[in-house]
Parts: sequence; C-alpha cells; structure tokens
Amino acid sequence: MAVTEVEPIVTARLGLPESWTLKTYVDNGGYAGLRKALSMSPGAIKDDMLNASLLGRGGAGFDAGKKWSMLAKGQPSYLVVNADESEPCTFKDHMLIEGDPHQLIEGTAICAYANGVTQAFIYVRGEFALGVERLTAAVNEAYDHGALGRDIFGSGFDLDLVVHYGAGAYIVGEETALLESLEGKRGFPRIKPPNFPAVSGLYGCPTVVNNVETLSYLPWIVINGGSSFSRMGEGVSAGTRLFSLSGHVNRPGNYEFEWAKATFRDLIEHPRLGGGVRNGNQLKAIIPGGASSPWFGPDKLDMALQHDVVQKAGSMLGSGSVIVMDHTTCAVRAAWRIVKFFHRESCGQCTPCREGSGWLEKIMIRIEQGSGREEDLELLLDVCDNISPDITWPPKQTTICVLGPSIPPAIATSLNMFRDEYLVHIKEGGCPFD
Amino acid sequence: MTDQKTEQEQEKETVSIVVDGKPVEAKPGELVIAAAERQGVYIPRFCYHPRMRPVAMCRMCLVEIETPKGFMLQPACYIPVKPDMQVITTSAKVKKAQDGVLEFLLINHPLDCPVCDKGGECPLQDQTLAYGPGESRFVEEKRHFAKPIPLSALVDIDRERCIQCDRCTRFAEEVAGDPLIEFIGRADELEVNTFPDHPFASYFSGNTVQICPVGALLARPYRFKARPWDLEQVESTCTSCAFGCRVAVQSSSNALTRYIGIDSDPVNHGWLCDMGRFDFEAVNSADRLGKPLMRKPGAEGDEDELVQVSWGEALGAAADEIERARSVHGPGAVAVIGGARLPNEDAYAWAKLAKAVIGTDNVDAQLGDGLPAELVLGLPRASIDDACSAPAVILLGPDLKEELPVLFLRLRGAAINRDMPIVELAPQRSGMSRYCRTTLAYRPGEAAALARALVEGSESDVAGVSAGAIAQARELLEEGAVVVLGRPSLAESAESIAAAAGALAKLPGVRFLPALRRANVMGALDMGMAPGVLPGRVGLAEGRDWFSGAWGAVPPSRGLDAAGILAAAAEGRIQCLVLLGADPVSDFPDRQLARRALAGAGSVVALDTFLNPSSRHATVVLPVASYAERSGTTTNIEGRITRLGQKVVPPGVARPDWMIAVELGARLGDDLGVESLEDLWDEIERLAPSHAGVTRAMLADRRHRDGVVAPIADGRGPDAPPSGAAAPDTGASETGTTEDGAIEELKIIDPMGTPGLLATAAQGVPATGVAAADPRDLGSAGHGDGGPRPPLLAFSAPTDYTPPGVDAYSLRLVAHRTLYGKATLVQNAPSLAHLAAPATARANPHDLERLIAGGGSRLRVRSRRGALVLEVVADAGVPRGSISIPFNAVGADAGELIDATRPVAEVRVETP
Ligand SMILES: Cc1cc2nc3c(=O)[nH]c(=O)nc-3n(C[C@H](O)[C@H](O)[C@H](O)COP(=O)(O)O)c2cc1C
Ligand code: SF4
Ligand code: SF4
Ligand code: SF4
Ligand code: FES
Repeated sequence: MAVTEVEPIVTARLGLPESWTLKTYVDNGGYAGLRKALSMSPGAIKDDMLNASLLGRGGAGFDAGKKWSMLAKGQPSYLVVNADESEPCTFKDHMLIEGDPHQLIEGTAICAYANGVTQAFIYVRGEFALGVERLTAAVNEAYDHGALGRDIFGSGFDLDLVVHYGAGAYIVGEETALLESLEGKRGFPRIKPPNFPAVSGLYGCPTVVNNVETLSYLPWIVINGGSSFSRMGEGVSAGTRLFSLSGHVNRPGNYEFEWAKATFRDLIEHPRLGGGVRNGNQLKAIIPGGASSPWFGPDKLDMALQHDVVQKAGSMLGSGSVIVMDHTTCAVRAAWRIVKFFHRESCGQCTPCREGSGWLEKIMIRIEQGSGREEDLELLLDVCDNISPDITWPPKQTTICVLGPSIPPAIATSLNMFRDEYLVHIKEGGCPFD
Repeated sequence: MTDQKTEQEQEKETVSIVVDGKPVEAKPGELVIAAAERQGVYIPRFCYHPRMRPVAMCRMCLVEIETPKGFMLQPACYIPVKPDMQVITTSAKVKKAQDGVLEFLLINHPLDCPVCDKGGECPLQDQTLAYGPGESRFVEEKRHFAKPIPLSALVDIDRERCIQCDRCTRFAEEVAGDPLIEFIGRADELEVNTFPDHPFASYFSGNTVQICPVGALLARPYRFKARPWDLEQVESTCTSCAFGCRVAVQSSSNALTRYIGIDSDPVNHGWLCDMGRFDFEAVNSADRLGKPLMRKPGAEGDEDELVQVSWGEALGAAADEIERARSVHGPGAVAVIGGARLPNEDAYAWAKLAKAVIGTDNVDAQLGDGLPAELVLGLPRASIDDACSAPAVILLGPDLKEELPVLFLRLRGAAINRDMPIVELAPQRSGMSRYCRTTLAYRPGEAAALARALVEGSESDVAGVSAGAIAQARELLEEGAVVVLGRPSLAESAESIAAAAGALAKLPGVRFLPALRRANVMGALDMGMAPGVLPGRVGLAEGRDWFSGAWGAVPPSRGLDAAGILAAAAEGRIQCLVLLGADPVSDFPDRQLARRALAGAGSVVALDTFLNPSSRHATVVLPVASYAERSGTTTNIEGRITRLGQKVVPPGVARPDWMIAVELGARLGDDLGVESLEDLWDEIERLAPSHAGVTRAMLADRRHRDGVVAPIADGRGPDAPPSGAAAPDTGASETGTTEDGAIEELKIIDPMGTPGLLATAAQGVPATGVAAADPRDLGSAGHGDGGPRPPLLAFSAPTDYTPPGVDAYSLRLVAHRTLYGKATLVQNAPSLAHLAAPATARANPHDLERLIAGGGSRLRVRSRRGALVLEVVADAGVPRGSISIPFNAVGADAGELIDATRPVAEVRVETP
C-alpha cells in the first residue's frame, strides 16, 4: 500500500492565484463539465453516476448515484447542498468553498440538471465568513456567466441557486435538521423513517441532499466518465478522497489522494502528508473518521484507509477527518472534550441525547478533575447503553437522530483502550497529565 | 362522493398486527400505541396526545417493532400499523430502554413534588412508580432555571420541571393557532418560553396547563390552591358560552378549584377556552348574593336601599308585585327577560309559570342580541360535527374566536386538516378570517342582499362586495354547505340576519348551526322562553291545544320580545318586569332603552347570582344557585342535551331558579305540579315534542356520556346507540351508571389523555335530577287531554327586508363582543377581570386619515342615541365606510350608540 500518484480532482485548482474567481476557474477548464452535461440526457448522467460509485463525503457514506435514483417522482423537487460542515476537525468543505466555489456551483448545477431540479440551495455554515463572501460572489459571477439562472448556456435548462447561511448549530448539518432550518423552523432532526429527504424533504417535496465535496467531484466525473472515477480506489471506496488530518502531526491539513490505496501510517507519516507525529512522539490513538467514530490504537496503523475495511474493524471514515493523538494526550480529557461537544450541540429534542449527553459530560468532568468513583466507569457505559443499546457498531439508537449515538464511541473505546488511565484519575484524585 | 365511499370502505377494513404474541385488529393508519391500547396493552408515554400530531420526542414509548433489519426499538406513538406487524412491548430490551428514558427525565427534574401543583396527579410521578428505577444514580448538580416565570397573565412556567414533551408548544401552534410559545436553547438547557415581549396571550392557554404531563405549566388561578388528592370532582358541561364543552368540575372544601376539559368527541375534544376554564372564580366570589333583598325606604332622608329579608318576605313581595300587575293591568303587564343562564328544567318551570300561571307571552331568554326564536327553532339544524365535515361552511355570525371559542377551534381544525372551505360573510374581518377561503366584507345592514347574491348569483357588486368575489365564493358552495348563523354585529338588526338566513335556506340541502352564545340559550328557547313558542320547539298556535290540556292555559297571543318588552316598560306599560339572570342595562344592545325601561317598569323582580347594574334597580332580588351549585341539564348550540353536575353548595340561602318558580306558582294560587328536577324532566320529556324519548335513563346512560341531541330519531328508545360518534377514550377517569343507578368504576385507560382526572378518581356521576330511573315506556302519543302531540316548528322564510340607503355623511357601526368584557362572570373572576380592556374604535386606514386629519388618536362618535369619546386605531380589516367598536368593553361601549328600532346604526365621527 502506498500513496499513489493520481492527479487530485477536487483540489486541483487550489494553488492557483485567485482560484475562487470565475476567471481562474474558466481559464482552467471550469464549466466544461456543465456544458457537457447539458448536452447529455439527465438519465445518461444518472446512469454514469451509478458507474462512478461516488460515496457521499458528508459522513454517512451513501452512494450518490444510488441516492439520486431513489428520488421520488414529484414536482417540484429540490437540491440542497450541505455546506454546514461543523464537526470538530473536519475542515475540507471549508477549504473547497473558499478555494474553489465555482467547482461546487458547477457540481450543483450538474446534479440539479440530472435530477430535474430547478431550485437549489446551498446551506452554508454562517461562520465561514470568507467562504460565504467568496461563495456568494461566485454565485453572482455564475449567474452573469450564464451558468445559473434562465436558459443555462443556451440549453433551455433553468436553475436558481440560493445561498442560505446557518446560524451556528452543528446539528443542522444533519440533513433533515438542515431542511427544517431551511424552512425557517428550529433545527430539530426529523424522524427517519419515514422522513427520508429523497421522498419527503424540503417542504415535503422530494429532495436531494449532498455534501460539498461530493458535488465537487461531478464536473470531473462528467468529463472523464464514471468508470474513470471508479477505476481509482478499491470497490466502493472509489476515486480520490479528501482527508482532514489534524492533531499531533507535523503537517496537519487537507490531503487528497487515491482512496483505499494508502494506510493510516501513510497519511500520518508520508513526508508530503502528515510528516510524522510531532516531536517524534509516540502515537497513542487515532480517531479515524470524526468525533463520532470509535478510536483506533497504533495497532491499526497499517490498515488501509478504506470504507469497508475500517467499517469492519469497528469504526468509520465518516467525514474523512483523522485525528492523531500522541502519548502526551490524556485519554480521559480527550474523550471528555468530545462528549462536551456533543452535549453542547445536542438539539435537545429527544430525551436520551438531551439528558444523557449532559450527564455523561458531568461524569467525565468529575473523573478528569479527580472526583471520579470506580463505579462511574460502569455507570458511563450503562448511560451510553441507554442512548445506544449494546454500544454496537454500527450503533443502534434510542434517539431520533444519530447525534445521540455519536457520544458513546469516544467514551466506550477510550475506556476500553485506556481503562488504567481512567483508574489512575480515580485513585490519584486528579489528572496524571497535569 | 367517490372519496367518501372509499373512506367508508377503508373504515371497514382492519389491519391485523401482533402485539406480544396476541393478534390485534387495528384501523388502517392507526398508530401502534393506540392500537395496542385498545387491546389493553398500555405503552407508557409522555409526548403522545391523541388530538395532536405525533412527534416521538420523549422516547418513553419505545417498543420493539419488526423491520427488514430485524426487531428495532421504535416509538409506538409514531409508527402506523402495517399488516402483520410484530410488536413486542415487554422484552428486557424494551424495559431497559423505557427505564433508561425515565431515568434521563428524572436526572434534571427538581423532584419538588411536595410543593408542585401536579404532585399526586403527575404522569411523571406515576410512571416513575410503575416503571422507574428505585434510586438515583445521578450525583451531579441539576440544571437550574429561575423558578416560575410568567408566560402570560394566566400561565406560569417552571422550566426546571419541564420534560420538553412539546405538548404545550404543539397545542399552541397546531390546535390554537397561537404559536407564541416555542423551544429556546438546546440540549438540557432547552426551555419553553415566549418570544421577548410577546406573552402567551392566547384564549386557549389553559389547555397547555391541562396537557402538561408535569407541573411545569401552572395556572395562576389554581396555583397552590389545592392538592389533587383533596379534590372532589363531578362531570358537567361548561355554560359560559353555548358551545357546551364537557368539563370535570373540581372542588376542595366547598370551593371550586379547577375545571378540566373532558374529551367529548362530538363537541370539545378535551379543549376549553380560558374564560370557561377560569371563570369558576366568580362562583367562589365573596360578592355572590346569598340572601334575598328588598327595596325599603332608607333612614330619614336617605334613598331607598336594598336590605336583606327572609325568603318568605321576599317571595311574598315578588308574588304580590306579579299579582298586582296581572290583576290590575292584565297578564301582559308582567314580562320576563332572561333565562339563558338557567338549566333546561328551570327554564321549563319558568316558561310554565309565565305562560300558564301568569298568562303572559312577554317572555324572552334573548336580550336583543340573538335571532328570532321561530327562526332558530325552525331552521334545519346541523350538528357541530356536520359543520366540521361539511363540503363547505358559510359563516354569517359573530367572531367565533371571541364568542364561541372552542367552536372556533373545531372549525379552524376542519379548515386546516380537511381543507374545508369557509365562506365568511362579515362586516369586518374576524379571528376566523385567516382560516376562511374568502371573507366577503359586506356593508352593515346588507347581509340579506349579499346572501341572496350568494345563492342566486349576481352580475353586479352587492353590499359593497364585488361580483367577482361573490362568483368565486359561489364556486366553493357547489357541493353543499352548512351555515353557521348568528349575529355578526349587534348594530345590525336581527331582521337583517333573519332575512339573510331565509335567502341561504334556499341552498339545496343546507343546514344551520346556530351561533348563539349565551349559556343555555338553546335550551331556554327549546323550553319556550321566547314569545310565540311553547316547550318542545312548538309554535304558540300549533301547541295551544296540547299545552292548554296539559297546563290548563296558554297565552292568547304572541307576546313581545326583549326589545318590545323594554320599549313597553319604558312607556310604562310593564308593571312587573322579571329579570331572570338578565342584565339589560349592561347587555341589551340599546343601552339607553334598557335604562329607560328599568326606570319605567312598575316593579322589577330580579333572580341573580350577583347584583348588577340592572338588579340594583330591582324591587326584590332573589339569590340563586349558580353553575356547579346545582344539577340539571343544559343544551348546546346543536341541541345536545348534557347533564350538569353539582359540586359545591350555594352561598347563604340561594336557591335554584326552578324552586323559586314553584314557590311563586303556589303563591299565585297555581301549583306547577312538580316537586323535583326529576319531575320537571319527566314532564319535559312527556310534553315537549322535540324532547320526546329523551328520558332520564337515557341521559344517565354511560353510552350517552356525550349527551343526546334532540330531537332523537323516531323509535330510538333508551337502548338506542349513543348519538354521535363515540369519543376516543382519552382516559378521563370514568364512572358508569348501571341500569339500577349504582355507580361502577370504569377502567382508566390513558392517564395522559386528560391529566388531572386520574388522581381524583371520579366522585360519581353528577348528582343531577336526571339520575338513572327505570327506562320508561313512552306510552301513547298524547297526554290524555290535548289530542295528538303538536308538530315541531318548521322553517318559514321571514318577510323580506330592505336595508336603508347609504348616508354618505355617516359611518356604519359594527359592534362586536370580545371574549373578556364586562360580563358578570368575567368581572367577578379576578384572574380574568383585568384582561377586559376599555373600548377602542377601529376604522379603515383610508377613513381614519380623513377622520383625524388634525392628528391625535381620539374620536367622538355620535349616533341618534348618544355619543362616545374613545381611542381609535387603523385597521384594514374594517371596510371603508364602517367603524368598529366593541360592545361589551369595560366602561362606555358601542351599546351607547345603538338604537334597537333601527336596522343599522349610523354614526357621525368628529375629533373631540
Ligand atoms: C449530527 C450530524 C451532523 C452532520 N453534519 C454534516 C455536515 O456538516 N455536512 C455534511 O455534508 N453532512 C453532515 N451530516 C450528514 C448528513 O446528514 C447527510 O448524510 C449528508 O449531508 C449527505 O450528503 P452526502 O451523501 O453527499 O454525504 C451530518 C450528520 C449528522 C447525523
Ligand atoms: S439525538 Fe440528540 S441531536 Fe438528535 S434529535 Fe435527539 S436530541 Fe436532537
Ligand atoms: S412545559 Fe409541560 S407541556 Fe410544555 S414541553 Fe414542558 S413538560 Fe411538555
Ligand atoms: S368554548 Fe364555551 S363552553 Fe367551551 S369552555 Fe369556552 S365558554 Fe365554556
Ligand atoms: S416518543 Fe412516543 S410518547 Fe413520546
């Protein structure tokens, strides 16, 4: 296994001067994908998407082509771009929005055309001040350029694109909460089943929801063909993929490379990628796919960064955020920080998550600060169990959405891997790392 | 039609599911929680409410339901049944999930049960007892909020107790249409609150307190007043308006403490308005009349004053006044105004006293604010459910939100959930307008012309409404309609509306739901408390033989209505005016006439619960038992007869009105021939043709818990199935009455349906006069003396009516009521009294610009009758050329401007 030499797709233009402008975009082949798409039939594009095997990059990892094929017939239908990226240590969409907004707009237009949608929305995290500025400027440029609006590039296809700013809630990244918020209501997730957006989404109409990165691949896929995409990578882990690498590495950042070919070790140690653990420190643990994923120990370093492989090993690649912790990290404190995040961001709609998140955080603080009791360890697991029965992977849930079941993994895996550390906190009445 | 058929067909179908291994037949689309419950499998719940859309937020009802991925924990309140669905409610997994949810709910719950209003009747307490853990594993600091803060003038919230079930917020938005409370914050800081500076000023706010499953929402009038286990209760019917919401009347130590809405499927669905819910305070008032009063000369030089006397003296004096008037000037010199406050039995006793004993037909239960009795009784009648399931509704009546609030909820629900078109004919926009497909704002006084155009079509504009709007409205009526009929404005005469009703009656298959608001006005009319009618919806002429035979005598000819009586009194032609819970000085549209009448009447005998501006002028004041202090029956707008419960005893020596009628009858030398409420009801059932077959046994039968709509179809004896659909069981604690009248405990099904009823296990059926008796044989058609039963009144179109021409220099007055006004009950309920506001005029912005060209916000409004100076605001909901002034506001109001003899009130407006 190794980092292969395939050309990057979604980050190809990022180094270019003023890469966010229409001029740079068009000078570098921008909107050719949309022009080609408009010359094809929507059905042909959708078929080719099934060849591409483009897994959604927003976290759930659902095949985009399959999702489109499940879109219920019904007028109107909508396309909503999930640009609310708020998960800790996930920062790839942020970069794509700031660095190459036209690529996203082009991908959005292709998706809309393929799905017969004439009204699309980009729900963008409001805190992305620069991103929002560049994205809205790009939308205006795209309208002027004829890539949005009426009769796009003379094809007869119309598309309106509205940029909507989020107001600072992580939960609104969850697609049904996002739709509620877009409708002007509180960002409470809807109950799935039955409220799958493809059947009953925005204003009760069939709706495609896709992630920024997912859609950013579309211009390339249309130009090069779906099978060129799926030729890269391995099985369902097709194409290239962006990873947000963070934590105790020498070179944190976003890296795009061919999927399923590299290992965690490659990502962390390759000189063009992570460049190794900082200060030559020892690796303690990896969080492979965002705050909600179960942790791995150093024993998994040589595992391929591959969707089904990681899944089988009891975790996930999620939104592609890999967090590295070296031996100076307190596992209890790290797990507490994650629980604290989910507690803050729980929408409060359903009881187990609303109450359980706060309770878990309080117990974690207590242990970290030296007032833990040994029985707290069992209590932690049992409270987790009441949110996510049996603490399995993939998780089951007593909750409405999967934010609730996102809390147990950090606690359960850290406790499993570092039980001794928890016990030291309890016995010594404080954090040994302080 | 085809749609309806499929609906019917669907209804017949059932879906078989398996719950805990046992087969259960469910209705298509039914939620698992409800289907299981009908089979006796109770799944615990907090957020589920059978009258609202499920949200599955609390997760208390998690059960295992089979899915393609195997059995999964799913909320039973959210998942509809599917054929052969497998449901497990008792597994260890289910138990653990439910225990877990309860534990979660409790960790941040303050557990201040000892000082919590809900303690003792709290679903959270109860379910913790039934399903919860023995001890707490939570050793952390609980989440804190400032203790109760006001949401509105009537409701406080203790956010620490809230379990975020979304019932209150859902109710406010979904049922009431007042989305003024919302969730704020997130995670365990999630709280219910109002938007800044926008209190939860909803007429229906008390319902949220009732459906809150914990003590988070607190009703100010009840807070800390009682502990649930001290409460006694009885079922009854609210009579604060004529809609007839079913209530549980609760008391503690002979004081009313609370009303709880009972879910009556054909009527109120468990909801109450805040006036009906909280005006019990007036019953408890220290200002209630408890002793008879008589006017006696004051001390040297002082004016006459009302002084306390014995019943004997007071009744003697009242009988003397009546007798003197009758013997000197003839029976027509005695007149009776009022009676809508009275239960049916009392209204009957008074009708009999007036019409048979005294011999006067100058009797009117309405105060010039209703519609002619013959019209109301004769029109083909629709039920509330008929109106809510009609192809369309024509609304020609008052602002229902202000006058019949829960009817507003029902029709709003139908408009929203069934997309039922409502065509509103109104002189101004109302609380219902936003739910109407169209509001045809007609020029006051010209309702009939508009109604005619609606029926016949019109090429040109009519009554200020464009021909196009009329044509569009007509399209909505093609499938038929129910008319909700009342008085849109008290400044427009009843004749005008009667003529409009006559026009609308020509619509094929049309039926009418009367929108008269006053307590038991429908029962009083049924009992003959109006000129020209006799008990049982019979005309004076048609019923003459029958009732002469039964009663001995009936008045020779049609008498005067309230307006006629007051006019006659003002001219000195009424020697004795009996006010039967009536306050014409405050309530009659033409205030000036009412004042002159009170001054001009020879003597005034008032039966009332309070001294009011009219009874203050009385010669004799007789204190009467009020609501909840006596039993009887009442009749709502659709003709539904239900039983009133007694829970407390009247103040002092106050008596029920019927007893006073009997006493006076005896003193006037004529025995009414009845000694009890039972006697009265039996006589009503025997003599009043519309009530034939509605026996006491029938009314006492639990199958008729929702009451009986009169008249009942021929051949329907006491064993006939209940009229109207059975209510979905919402767990009101029930007691049933067996055939022999013994009380049996019925199973409690859902403590979450109407919280409050559970803890105060029912104290028994209302101890009404209509307690169970042996089902009677109806016997022969006649009573022996008067030949066959007379026919019920049939509708005959009133004579047509021509509106007055438009006077370009005047504005036409629109006078309407608001829920909180100067009515006795509201004013004597401290929690409500301060919600009544002084009158403010509203005028169209265009008119206003012209009217107060000089600036300012006050106007002088003048009519032939009088003048008012008041604030005015712009309101585009008032058409140009009209001015809207509330009728029952505290202080001076539109009543000062109305002339009862005029079809419409024209007013001139100037800056003061
Ligand atoms: C709590 C939560 C937060 C989420 N946040 C995001 C997010 O910020 N961005 C995103 O694209 N998807 C997010 N998702 C996933 C979305 O629900 C959805 O699966 C995704 O937007 C679909 O797009 P894709 O198929 O292109 O990945 C989140 C899911 C959950 C449960
Ligand atoms: S699991 Fe948490 S975030 Fe999701 S709906 Fe429930 S309370 Fe809200
Ligand atoms: S206040 Fe009561 S009804 Fe409202 S959400 Fe809280 S617990 Fe539920
Ligand atoms: S709507 Fe009428 S009957 Fe119902 S509670 Fe209100 S006042 Fe009483
Ligand atoms: S989730 Fe079903 S009752 Fe609350």
